[in-house]
Amino acid sequence: MSDCRRQWNREDELPVYLAGPISTGPNQRKSFGMFSSVEGAFDSKTIDFDNYAVGRKGSRTPRSGSRERVLETGDPVGKTPGEAEEGTVNESTAETEDGGPGVEITNSSGKESPNGKSEKLLIKGGRVVNDDQSLYADVYIEDGLIKQVGENLVVPGGVKVIEANGRMVIPGGIDVNTCLMKPFLGTHPVDDFLQGTKAALAGGTTMIIDHVTPQPGDSLLEAFECWQEAADKKACCDYSLHVDIPQWNEIVKDELELLVHEKGINSFQVYMAYKDLYQMSDSELYEAFTFLKQLGAVVLVHAENGDLIAQEQRKILGMGITGPEGHPLSRPEELEAEAVFRAITLGNRVNCPVYITKVMSKSAADTITQARRKGSVVFGEPITASLATDGSHYWSKNWAKAAAYVTSPPLSPDPTTPDHLHTLLACGDLQVVGSAHCTYSTSQKAIGKDDFTLIPEGTSGVEERMGFVWDKAVAMGKMDENQFVAVTSTNAAKIFNLYPRKGRIAVGSDADIVIWDPDSVKTISAKLQQSAAEYNIFEGMECRGGPVLVLSQGQVVYEEGKLQVQPGTGRFIPRKHFPDLAYQRIKFRNQVMSKKGVTRGMYDGPVYDVDPAPKYITPAPSAKSSPTSHQPPPIRNLHQSNFSLSGAQTDDNVPRRSGHRIVAPPGGRSNITSLG
Amino acid sequence: MAFQTKKSNARPAGDRLIIKGGKIVNDDQSFYADIYVEDGAIKQIGENLIVPSSVKTVDAYGQLVIPGGIDANTNLQAPQKGQSPIDDFYQGTRAAVFGGTTMIIDHVLVEPGVSLLSAFDQWRETAEQRACCDFSLHLDITRWHDGLYEELETLIKDKGVNSFLFFMSYKDKYQSSDSQLYEAFGVLRDLGAIAQVHAENGDIIDEEQKKLLCLGITGPEGHVLSHPEEVETEAVYRAITIAKQANCPLYVTKVMSKSAADVIAKARKKGMVVYGEPITAGLATDGSQYWSKDWATAAAFVTSPPLNPDPSTPQYLTSLLACGDLQVTSSAQASFSTAQKAVGKDDFTLIPEGTNGIEERMSVVWDRAVTSGKMDENEFVAVTSTNAAKLFNMYPRKGRIAVGSDADIVVWNPKETQTVSAKTHNLTVEVNILEGLEFRGVASVVISGGRVVLEDGKLNVTEGSGRFVPRKAFPDAVYKRIRARSKMAEARGVPRGNYDGPVHDVISMTKSVPSTPTTRGPPCPKTQTGTRNLHQSGFTLAGAQVDDHIPRRSTQRIVAPPGGRSNITSLS
Repeated sequence: MSDCRRQWNREDELPVYLAGPISTGPNQRKSFGMFSSVEGAFDSKTIDFDNYAVGRKGSRTPRSGSRERVLETGDPVGKTPGEAEEGTVNESTAETEDGGPGVEITNSSGKESPNGKSEKLLIKGGRVVNDDQSLYADVYIEDGLIKQVGENLVVPGGVKVIEANGRMVIPGGIDVNTCLMKPFLGTHPVDDFLQGTKAALAGGTTMIIDHVTPQPGDSLLEAFECWQEAADKKACCDYSLHVDIPQWNEIVKDELELLVHEKGINSFQVYMAYKDLYQMSDSELYEAFTFLKQLGAVVLVHAENGDLIAQEQRKILGMGITGPEGHPLSRPEELEAEAVFRAITLGNRVNCPVYITKVMSKSAADTITQARRKGSVVFGEPITASLATDGSHYWSKNWAKAAAYVTSPPLSPDPTTPDHLHTLLACGDLQVVGSAHCTYSTSQKAIGKDDFTLIPEGTSGVEERMGFVWDKAVAMGKMDENQFVAVTSTNAAKIFNLYPRKGRIAVGSDADIVIWDPDSVKTISAKLQQSAAEYNIFEGMECRGGPVLVLSQGQVVYEEGKLQVQPGTGRFIPRKHFPDLAYQRIKFRNQVMSKKGVTRGMYDGPVYDVDPAPKYITPAPSAKSSPTSHQPPPIRNLHQSNFSLSGAQTDDNVPRRSGHRIVAPPGGRSNITSLG
Repeated sequence: MAFQTKKSNARPAGDRLIIKGGKIVNDDQSFYADIYVEDGAIKQIGENLIVPSSVKTVDAYGQLVIPGGIDANTNLQAPQKGQSPIDDFYQGTRAAVFGGTTMIIDHVLVEPGVSLLSAFDQWRETAEQRACCDFSLHLDITRWHDGLYEELETLIKDKGVNSFLFFMSYKDKYQSSDSQLYEAFGVLRDLGAIAQVHAENGDIIDEEQKKLLCLGITGPEGHVLSHPEEVETEAVYRAITIAKQANCPLYVTKVMSKSAADVIAKARKKGMVVYGEPITAGLATDGSQYWSKDWATAAAFVTSPPLNPDPSTPQYLTSLLACGDLQVTSSAQASFSTAQKAVGKDDFTLIPEGTNGIEERMSVVWDRAVTSGKMDENEFVAVTSTNAAKLFNMYPRKGRIAVGSDADIVVWNPKETQTVSAKTHNLTVEVNILEGLEFRGVASVVISGGRVVLEDGKLNVTEGSGRFVPRKAFPDAVYKRIRARSKMAEARGVPRGNYDGPVHDVISMTKSVPSTPTTRGPPCPKTQTGTRNLHQSGFTLAGAQVDDHIPRRSTQRIVAPPGGRSNITSLS
């Protein structure tokens, strides 16, 4: 399409008489004021595709006209190379081959201000791709916000013009899973908020949601503030934060409430793995889910069966396997699938949305798919690593290479996994692509050189994320460009309540925009990447598709391979609770699913005498008892009952089930699991 | 009748019997033949047998002669909340015999803190005094710890117990954690026993129960509401995952819901060694009665996992049974009188759990599966008797009509019908959950240990005539595959040179290895590894490694190679 579009660009140069009629037609827009968004700019220009198709040429012309208008006040120099090409009769492929920039920027002279907030930008001639539709339109940006979308925009003079030349203009990516400050044994990832966000921007991601990872015993609030402070200083793109809950207790509850209501956090991660460290028992998970649901937060789950992993690790170390291959051997795929299944069951019982982070294996993804078929509110997030590579490298002879792949859940050794995950992503069974970017240098990884359980876990991927989705899904024909936008940006924005501020190109949204070149090919290499890690797990892989230009908050931060960022420009984006996408269904189910008892007469027969001393008090729990030991339920005093001997009951006159809605009636299931 | 008078001896010599004219049905074939029984064993099978005179003849013309049923799950003595079941070994086995079951395997519930051996001895003693048919015993382990290993070894090697049940439910009482299950399964595999699980997620149930009681729901419907199907399914899935990891055969008791049965069926398709056992109640009725206005009726249905409110469940389970995805039918007999159940009249969590079914089991399967055309008579024998005998290593002594097998024989009349009623059944419990249901297929003559114990609708049983049947470890039907996999599934490391690059210094050890007495330790309590002297490593600066000459993967069998999975999951 972009080639095609470029040809149309050449048509811009057609004589005016061919394009004339519409430029003077009723569609021509009147300005409603210099800086206000033009009313209806979006609608009439974009949805009317038929008109658009017919009037292709015509609709080009006024824009080129408007360009002229800009150029009158602007600097004509910047225009030359692209225009020269457009003037030629070359095939469009020649355009890309001759290395000419796909995007050109025309600065209005003397108007460019160093203060980005007041910068005015016009992205011209691009194809705006949202998750629902694609359309040709220009985008006018001012004060870091999108002010106008449409054709024939009336913009003030002195704007900087970015010529997209028919390339895709997409909402900046949102990476929902990064760990840029996650401590491991006191060391921090080599990619901090500065390096990490730089890498993100270079890959077309303009917002990250980082995980705050307090240690057990730490205050969530303090950890949050610590993260926020670090990010405010260093981050180059907007960010938000998930908070991980390392343990469950009463103090945590108060902090959670505060975080949700005052700090703008609506997502919290709980762990089913990392036994004796972060792992929560099913009871704790149930309580946590219940509590977070009341707060309207999204529950993120790290789904692996920690008990079994601990056992397997012991076994494998006992066998003398200490290298990185022990990592996938001790965390087989089944343990991930099992935990996903359990998390979904818990979510269903509590009626709470569940978001599975890091879907790494086919069986885990299939489990999510099946649950969605049954109506569970569950979301799945594959990550760059699982989408682009597999776990065969754990068996590499090169320790450093093998260790670089260590992450949890591990990459599946099955080489068909990436393909399968892309398929599910394309059909909507998985929703969001994260990166789980958490890079440790080789020397940090080498902490575990004699014991794989000590290798810090984490892979890179924040920079490569969007590229690989394009390369492996869109370029392969599995996914269309709209779905691409959905999985890399819009879905995340919706689930985490950033929409439509983020994740959409629309009037009023943040100007986080990427101009995407679907044809650029690059070979991944640690040397060329922004990340500070020495070893890139995608080393040597070719990747089609990449950003040409990235705008963050209306500022050009990446252009033609060059980053222009300032640490600390990233803002913290607060997120409100009860995101619609996750909670609408939950709210309705709440109303429907309330349980009612059966009103029946008191049982008035004989009651067996129970030995008052309950025989079955659990003895002092050994270290291996079930995680939380409560006393068994006390045996009631059964001699005190309030039934009367008269025989008549207060509700004798009520026929069975007349006034009661029984939600799990004979012939039905007790829960909504069979929604289509 | 001319047969011998009762022997007070626990080992009756038995009658000399000839069973004439019946169609013998084993799990693999049916044929017409006569059977001669002497000294409690089958001595001859064939036509025109030469038998001594003065032999009692059992007429089986027009009827089926099948191996006596084996009920692999009964609780005739296991107390709940301080109350013993109202039907003990005598009442229970009497009812069993009446229904055509000639052997039961009862669950020994070992309370936490009680020695396994003493509980076993106590059960065995009681059963030997009371039981009217042969029996064997499962052990229910309610608190796993390493110290049990020796007792387990004794039980398996010397006492003839090869199956152990673990609870994933009954939080803070019997429930085992995943780690415990994994350890226990590993031990059982080494000793050659079968792991059984009561599969329900106890944590979730506990929370749901609290929630429901808060909502003011105290009646028996709270039981089914707090034990939703998913909770069972989840636990079955988890149990299978754990068993897979431990490479241990798994037997899921009481499969009560469609989705749980599906999980088992799917796991079997992936090659797992897992068996599923639906019970009489689950095959015959559904959970709609929990909403009965009559408290006593509703309470009678309380069992865990509960009967599913979905009325299509029995049909579905029967179908899976017929196609072999489920293997064994049992009764999960545990009957408590209404007065006993009424302990929980104000709180459903206190209602003793258990339903009847020991007597109706065979008839239910015949009526629901065979007469409806889902199953043939051989398959019927398999699911009611032979499969259980094979799994629990009693085959061919039990579960088959063959020369040398025990003379536990049932003459089955497929045409007769009976209507279940608490008034006429042989149990003492007042409410029969199958009340009023009519079943085709009735045991007309039952021979247990070579003695006719049911004839003409009259029971003639002797208290204490049942013998304990010891079961050896490593049943072939189960362990052949496990053994082969144990050999295959050994993980191997990658021989690689020592890592000789820089190693990040771990400074703040306090953060990673909490020496502070928090309850949570590091994932792997190997505190030394972190503090190793990293300056001492075994690599030489020569650059050459000892295994440099070995090309990669030449001699190493890598079980989870690139392109393959690390475990065998795709056997068909």
